[in-house]
Amino acid sequence: MNRLQSAAELENFRAGILAARDPAKPCFAVCAGAACDGLDSARVASAFEAEVAKLGPGAGVEVRVTGCHGYCEKGPNVVGPHDICYFEVKPEDAPEIVARTVDGEVVERLVYAHPDTGEKAVHMADVPFYKHQTRLLIGDNTRIDPMRIDDYLAVGGYAALAKALFQMTPDQVLDEVKQANLRGRGGGGFPAGQKWETAKNAPGEEKYVIVNAHEGEPGAFMDRALFTGNPHKVLEGLIIGAWAIGSHRGFIYTRHDAPQLIKHIETALAQAEGYGLLGENILGSGFDFRVEVHFDVGIFVSGESSALMRSIEGNPPEPRPKYIRTSVAGIWDKPSNLNNVETWANVPQIISRGADWYKSIGTEGSKGTKLVSLSGNVVNSGVVEVPMGTPLRKIVYDIGGGIPGGKAAKAVHFGGPMGGSIPASLIDAPLDFDELAKLGAPIGAGGLLVMDEDTDMVDVARYFLEFLTNESCGKCVPCREGMRQTLKVLTNITKGKGRSGDIARLEDLSDVTGAACLCALGRTASDPLKSMLRYFRDEYETRIAGGSAVR
Amino acid sequence: MSEVVMQIDGKEVKAGDGTTVLQAARSAGIRIPTLCHHDKLEPFGACRMCMVEVEVRGRKNYVVSCLYPVAKDLLVRTRSERVDKIRRVILEELLAHAPNSPELVALAAEYGADRDRFDKDPSFCILCGLCVRYCAEVKGKNAVDFIERGARREISFIPEIAAKECWECQECFALCPTSYAQAAYFLTEALAFPGRRKKASAPSA
Repeated sequence: MNRLQSAAELENFRAGILAARDPAKPCFAVCAGAACDGLDSARVASAFEAEVAKLGPGAGVEVRVTGCHGYCEKGPNVVGPHDICYFEVKPEDAPEIVARTVDGEVVERLVYAHPDTGEKAVHMADVPFYKHQTRLLIGDNTRIDPMRIDDYLAVGGYAALAKALFQMTPDQVLDEVKQANLRGRGGGGFPAGQKWETAKNAPGEEKYVIVNAHEGEPGAFMDRALFTGNPHKVLEGLIIGAWAIGSHRGFIYTRHDAPQLIKHIETALAQAEGYGLLGENILGSGFDFRVEVHFDVGIFVSGESSALMRSIEGNPPEPRPKYIRTSVAGIWDKPSNLNNVETWANVPQIISRGADWYKSIGTEGSKGTKLVSLSGNVVNSGVVEVPMGTPLRKIVYDIGGGIPGGKAAKAVHFGGPMGGSIPASLIDAPLDFDELAKLGAPIGAGGLLVMDEDTDMVDVARYFLEFLTNESCGKCVPCREGMRQTLKVLTNITKGKGRSGDIARLEDLSDVTGAACLCALGRTASDPLKSMLRYFRDEYETRIAGGSAVR
Repeated sequence: MSEVVMQIDGKEVKAGDGTTVLQAARSAGIRIPTLCHHDKLEPFGACRMCMVEVEVRGRKNYVVSCLYPVAKDLLVRTRSERVDKIRRVILEELLAHAPNSPELVALAAEYGADRDRFDKDPSFCILCGLCVRYCAEVKGKNAVDFIERGARREISFIPEIAAKECWECQECFALCPTSYAQAAYFLTEALAFPGRRKKASAPSA
């Protein structure tokens, strides 16, 4: 097709897509997210396609292969008409589901049943895992085939971009994001609008915007779910940000080992360009913006912003000290504004619905919703989206279904290997950047790990450090050597070879690592251990004094 | 170049705009210990021994002086309980690798570092990168480089380049605080291109 030349052409084209779709015709959304894909949902999708083909084209029944629906625990997930949710669907279930759906019936045996009461829930809005969520970002995943830009346009996609380009000045866009108090979802919670403003005002004509899609820590899988399932949402946010900042060149930095994500990003870029939503003279506005995709070399630290920028330049991904911020001097020393996937994905809705609406969700200091990867000793693992301020108890018990096997919760851990653990007694704490940071379990990117009463807290700290020891670049001493020695001490304790003085050794090591490292990876590497020594010190002392490998 | 006035350890110090706190301190005769710094090389910021306390508008921060730019009215403290602790623990971590390095032993005495505090791992190299960076930045040869990452990081001579370049140079040996660069070179020579020494020292006909 020809590139769209104006906002009006975009709206006409969107109306055409919607007119061609009959909302009364059933559609089956088969999840192809990472977890369902691992459970061979591709065969489920093929079975549905074969079954629908038998009905003939006149039946108007459709199959849509989508990104992650969220309820990974019960995959493969299939969502039918009227948001009827089928769980743990096998290829052989397809004929029955298709036949019964055409007759307007529900396949009772495949809908949600409460594990204790057996009570059934048919529609997404009634399934406990979903009903306590506010799915502003991930909710569209069931309605979109990520390989088809038309699906994104059908749910209102790129309307925010048109609004930004034709009804707002770059300054007004920036102001809206600042007013919304959107805080970075990548770890630090730094105000995005403030960062944008720094890059915008930094000297130099050439400026860059970057999507950090380098999600790499154990227990974090929300960015991949969002970006793989709805790549245009992130891209739209990026283009709007580029317009606000005055950038004409963007970068997406992601993992080389996520083939499905890469395919979806590259397809999305090509389709957006084909439609005139990217490239030269976007929607006839005169604004030019291009995006390149860059890949990591398989090391966690390349997600650290300055290392990431070194990597895009073609250098080894070693962090450099940021006494001058990357938003002033980043890639090739040009102003470079980096935000993570989820942060960019929040931008379109802030522009469409306004800062006042956005600010009505969340707490005083943390606005909007937050994606959380829920895993560990919890009944329902998956991708969860809740308003900021939601008590952790609600996430773990109402959404997560509590602890399996009737066990008690011991701790919840936020932020993966650079986060912290808090005891179950603090589970009423709200999901809030500042509140959780005060407790020593900063949200980080949003990986929430639930640990039951059998968890060995020395081994948890050891596990996270082992990961980071291999993922540090090894450049600066307190990171490389501090972690090496901390890991040795912790390993000895888990083997029953703890010595007196170990606690003091651990405290000195984590104190200096936290204060003296070059980059955020090193400075936060000891955070899990610090939180353990704050809340589970007794367990450490007992293990060292007991000298036994067995607790 | 314009000048800024700042305070280092209570002493008023003038420094050229665009220079670092380390340069300013040294020009004023104030000593800050370093292990990876060399005047001929770009600042590296890896050993973290030169960390100092800076205060800007009442906010205290710990920064590496080899990279931190001077600024008007900056308050710098090169010694404090916390700065000393950072240096002491860093030394203890490095002494686990090179317990007898004269440079480390001298600093350990100054900062009260216990060389037996942590488990020994005598790799001898402390990865200051002086050899790597000198070879790249001054000689432009890249005959030695870092390999691997994290706790597995080490230096390695690249045999194809080292066989051609190193015998005539050997300048990095003297920079090495632990003599490991020299050992690593001769190990590479013995493994990858033996016989070089014999030929070089053979009497001419």
